[in-house]
Amino acid sequence: MATAAGSEALHVELVAADRTVWSGDAAMVIARTTEGDVGVLRDHAPVLSLLSEAVVEVQVEGTDDVVVAAVDGGFLSVANNRVSILSEHIELGEEIHVEKVKAELEEARGLIGANNEAERRVRRAEARLRAAEKVQSGSLSTGH
Amino acid sequence: MAVSLREYRARIKSTESMKKITRAMELIAASRIIKAQQRAQQAAPYARELTRAVSAVATFSNVDHPLTKEEENPKRAAVLVITSDRGLAGAYSSSVLKETERLAERLRDEGKEIDYFLAGRKAEAYFKFRSRPFIDSWTGFSDQPTYDKAAEIGRALIEAFLKQQGEEGDVDEVHIVYTRFRSMLVQEPTAVRLLPLEVVEAPEGEAAPAAEDLLPLYEFEPSAAEVLDGLLPQYVQSRIFYSLLQAAASELAARQKAMKAATDNADELIKKLTRIANQARQAGITQEISEIVGGVNALADAQAAAND
Repeated sequence: MATAAGSEALHVELVAADRTVWSGDAAMVIARTTEGDVGVLRDHAPVLSLLSEAVVEVQVEGTDDVVVAAVDGGFLSVANNRVSILSEHIELGEEIHVEKVKAELEEARGLIGANNEAERRVRRAEARLRAAEKVQSGSLSTGH
Repeated sequence: MAVSLREYRARIKSTESMKKITRAMELIAASRIIKAQQRAQQAAPYARELTRAVSAVATFSNVDHPLTKEEENPKRAAVLVITSDRGLAGAYSSSVLKETERLAERLRDEGKEIDYFLAGRKAEAYFKFRSRPFIDSWTGFSDQPTYDKAAEIGRALIEAFLKQQGEEGDVDEVHIVYTRFRSMLVQEPTAVRLLPLEVVEAPEGEAAPAAEDLLPLYEFEPSAAEVLDGLLPQYVQSRIFYSLLQAAASELAARQKAMKAATDNADELIKKLTRIANQARQAGITQEISEIVGGVNALADAQAAAND
């Protein structure tokens, strides 16, 4: 059965509320749900789970490239070798301005305790920072 | 001859400059409308996937969710009115407001009181001018709405909806009045009920999912109830975003149409005024000639009398 369905690649879509951020075939998807990290390979059982504010990694099929994106909650759905990652805001690692996010993080940290929104903003900023850093370290390691 | 030639010329000139303005607005609206349609298209995948996920959860679990629960005895309804920020779009805003009045009447007949939520400066001005109360309003984004705005509106509406009956600011139903973009020529004001949710159909303009896409046996993590809890608010916000995008496209189409009509009218007016001005000029010349001829005749007569 694995061979029959195995010919089909894992199709991944990263969809934000106002645009499709990335779509293509992937070897593996790693995401962080509210229950913990999950890796999705080909022929994964259908699943629908909530994501936390974290980094999503997509290993592109047939290459060593890794697409790194920061998501802002949302959810992951897997069915028939189709993976959809939906979130209100998704940013690819290379689109993120590290300096801006760092400033945002500082600001949000200062607000902690003032309101509930602040903690969410901290988590978001941290996720974006991690995504940006991952992209940078990734490009350095493939550079040589 | 009441008005002199000079005044006609001045009127022609001012009409011409007005025509230039309306023509420019028409072109701007025409170019923006393409962008608005693109934005609506880009937002479609999100709405489609969300709808699919929500139907999946709804099919595989009998979870009751506060957002889908019908109140037995609804007393209060919230109405979100989506209009434009700026005028010069023909009857765009006023037909939305008319539709709102119709809906309000219907709701009042059903014995419900109404809380208004307004989007767009025109709706705000309409309510303020009549000193009618409204709960909240959002302005400044009508021709290019962002998801963040939709989320903000969504949060306010959901919060009001989730309050218990009898609590301050509670509503039992949420309706949206917006303008649906059918085509460049047809936009119709529409009223839909947003909450409590009925998950039955994909948003308009999308094909039904193909048979193989239907109903894989999902596992839910952490649980069906919690997944639904996460999904439904996002679904509501995406529906609001969809309405805002439709309204934006409709606004631009309405403005383009209105400005086209204004330009055509200005053309007509210029033609008419030019004719009248020419007539006035002719009349002036004729009068001068007859004055001269009269004068010459009088002189000749006087001379002839003197010679005699």
